[in-house]
Amino acid sequence: MGIFRLLSEKPWTVQASEDAYDGKGATTIPSAMVGLRIFLAIVTVMFLLLTSVYIMRMGLGDWRRLPVPTVLWLNTALLVLSSAGLQWARIGAERGRVDEVRYGLLAGGAFAFAFLVGQLLAWRQLGELGYFAATNPANAFFYLITALHALHLAGGLVAWGRTVIRLRAGLKLDQLRESVDLCTVYWHFLLVVWIALFGLLLVT
Amino acid sequence: MAHSPYDEIETVPPAEVAEEELYHPHSFITRWVFCQDAKVIAIQYAITAMAIGLFALVLSWLMRLQLGFPEQFAFIDPPDYLQLITMHGMIMVIYFLTALLLGGFGNYLIPLMLGARDMVFPYINMLSFWFFFLAVLVLMASMFVPGGATGAGWTLYPPQSILAGTPGSEGGIILMLVSLILFIAGITMGGLNYVVTVLQGRARGMTLMRMPLTIWGIFVASILALFAFPALFVAGVMLLFDMLLGTSFFMPSLVSFGQQMDYDGGSPLLFQHLFWFFGHPEVYIVALPAFGIVSELISVHARKNIFGFRMMVWAIVAIGVLSFVVWAHHMYVSGMNPVFGYFFATTTLIIAIPTAIKVYNWVLTLWRGDIHFTVPMLFAIGFIVTFLNGGISGLFLGNVAVAVPLSDTMFVVAHFHMVMGLAPVLVIFGAIYHWYPLITGRMLDDTIGKTHFWITFLGGYAIFLPLHYLGLMGVPRRYFELQVAQMEFIPQSVETLNAFVTVTALVVGAAQFLFFFNLAWSYFKGKPAGQNPWGATTLEWQTPEVPPSHGNWGSERPVVYRWAYDYSVPGVEQDFIPQNLPPDRLAGDMGRDSPEGRGA
Repeated sequence: MGIFRLLSEKPWTVQASEDAYDGKGATTIPSAMVGLRIFLAIVTVMFLLLTSVYIMRMGLGDWRRLPVPTVLWLNTALLVLSSAGLQWARIGAERGRVDEVRYGLLAGGAFAFAFLVGQLLAWRQLGELGYFAATNPANAFFYLITALHALHLAGGLVAWGRTVIRLRAGLKLDQLRESVDLCTVYWHFLLVVWIALFGLLLVT
Repeated sequence: MAHSPYDEIETVPPAEVAEEELYHPHSFITRWVFCQDAKVIAIQYAITAMAIGLFALVLSWLMRLQLGFPEQFAFIDPPDYLQLITMHGMIMVIYFLTALLLGGFGNYLIPLMLGARDMVFPYINMLSFWFFFLAVLVLMASMFVPGGATGAGWTLYPPQSILAGTPGSEGGIILMLVSLILFIAGITMGGLNYVVTVLQGRARGMTLMRMPLTIWGIFVASILALFAFPALFVAGVMLLFDMLLGTSFFMPSLVSFGQQMDYDGGSPLLFQHLFWFFGHPEVYIVALPAFGIVSELISVHARKNIFGFRMMVWAIVAIGVLSFVVWAHHMYVSGMNPVFGYFFATTTLIIAIPTAIKVYNWVLTLWRGDIHFTVPMLFAIGFIVTFLNGGISGLFLGNVAVAVPLSDTMFVVAHFHMVMGLAPVLVIFGAIYHWYPLITGRMLDDTIGKTHFWITFLGGYAIFLPLHYLGLMGVPRRYFELQVAQMEFIPQSVETLNAFVTVTALVVGAAQFLFFFNLAWSYFKGKPAGQNPWGATTLEWQTPEVPPSHGNWGSERPVVYRWAYDYSVPGVEQDFIPQNLPPDRLAGDMGRDSPEGRGA
């Protein structure tokens, strides 16, 4: 239902349409997915705010570009693979293939861990080159943004871990499909955020 | 017989939807401590928020003692004073008002008013409270670290908030920021629950436009909270970086105590933008639930449907949207481009339109209503007057040309205490008097309630009206002591008035213990409320048991047939029709044709 049609309803006269009584809520999407989507919107707002502060702070004169560690390219590839792994699990869950779900989940998680380790490597490389957080705002933003992104991924890994444990406990696919779906959507989202942030680092 | 628009509606057969799995507590700990029942979480939120709010009230007493009788109280020195104003402001705005209105009322009312058994994510709901509780503990702890709590003012503006010389710049500010970050995590979990429950958890027949305005207010306020708090989160994390890692997000190159600091090139204005991008919607995060609740109280206690229901909903939505584009009106004197100032002045004045619509509609609801001067009604009317007063001084401050000379004076303090202090607190009291019978099954004492109302209402004016005058005289806010001898523009009368305000604040503050006594006494000795003592249509009063038991609805969730404001319907036995009364039973009522209203 469009928001305008909704807001022009006259609740004191109009008989509610039949589907108001079907007890399905506002959408046919599961509640957890609605919650996740709203959460993603919140995280988007947070990163957008950071980006706008980033751009405003860039204009203040003392900005010195920071060399982009090569390992970040590798990390980006790892994150893409991680997302792909989860997508594989998701498709497997739809097709009812437990083995695909298992391998997809494990691959996705492993690549995500590898990505986090890679991010730490990037931090260490920059540190060895003398690019500390306090030396320049560009560095400070780099550490802040990567840390926040990594924290969100780590949070995702908690949900991932829970799904893996439930899979190992022998739960049916029907009971797991939603968890796999949620993880996959979250992973894709974090991939998109990472690509946007990485792009921002590359062009500025 | 009056025509009823519901004549053609048919009674809906019992649900064929599967009942959801409900969380069941197994022990004392899971029932009362780590509980996932929204009603218990609501009480936990409310008690924590009220306890900390009471603490902040005591802080304001100390502050007023200093202002009213300078040099009389040796135990308050200038750093103490700054810590007092900071903690008072921060606690009242965030840990008291936001937590009580969203965490307390949101948790209690959303599932009940929507006909749900619980929130959609009960476990996350529980986590939300415990994050809030932890945030409060950390905040309290910040007063006991070396250097004490932060005294940076509730806006925490850098650079001063993290520099030596400001009280609490050693550890207090760090714990304050950590506490805020915990709070934001908690309120985000809670807000997600409230929004998703409204979208997904409604009973059959409860369309969005049939939701009571209380829920509309809390719903839109939750959305605001979800999208405004990230700005404070980002600002807080960046300020922590500046403080702990020596970055220069907000810190310009500066000399402190004769020492050139390592900071360079940062912009304090960036912080202000982030802070107020959160801070202005925050005003409406508090105000919108209050608007919703007040609409409910007025409609129920004037036995009349709310005037202009759709406009009320639109106004809530419009205010919510507009609240994100007015933030810089808090920054007129920060040195931003004047053209910017006029843009924000315009948006600020535009927001007065939906707000005025709401005030008109409340008044028009009262117009020729069957007004019962119950305690909740008194508080609701008190709110309308107070909010109007505070709103009008807001029009002054929204204009750049007027705001500049009034900035950082007591006029600003008077304005926001009217609009954000007294007004929401009146609603909270009204709401507690209204819903206490539902929560405990007993009525609050009426005489104590009325005494409490008149002292609070008149006393509140005695405190905050004079502050407007002080502000116009040029008395600055946040000053430990006015050196009246050296400030020729300040007349002697200011001192007398300050003493008066202090005495009044002590009395009115102390009178609040009447309320707490009432809460405690009525819990044991109050008159039993019975089912639906106010004759309200909304679902929370239609539960099979009062107070509602775990799962709220017994064996079957209610089905909603109409909106929430069918009061004084002609030809119905009672003068109201509950939202879930099936049409066949309604027809029976109407056949009997006894127009007597049900008095409250």
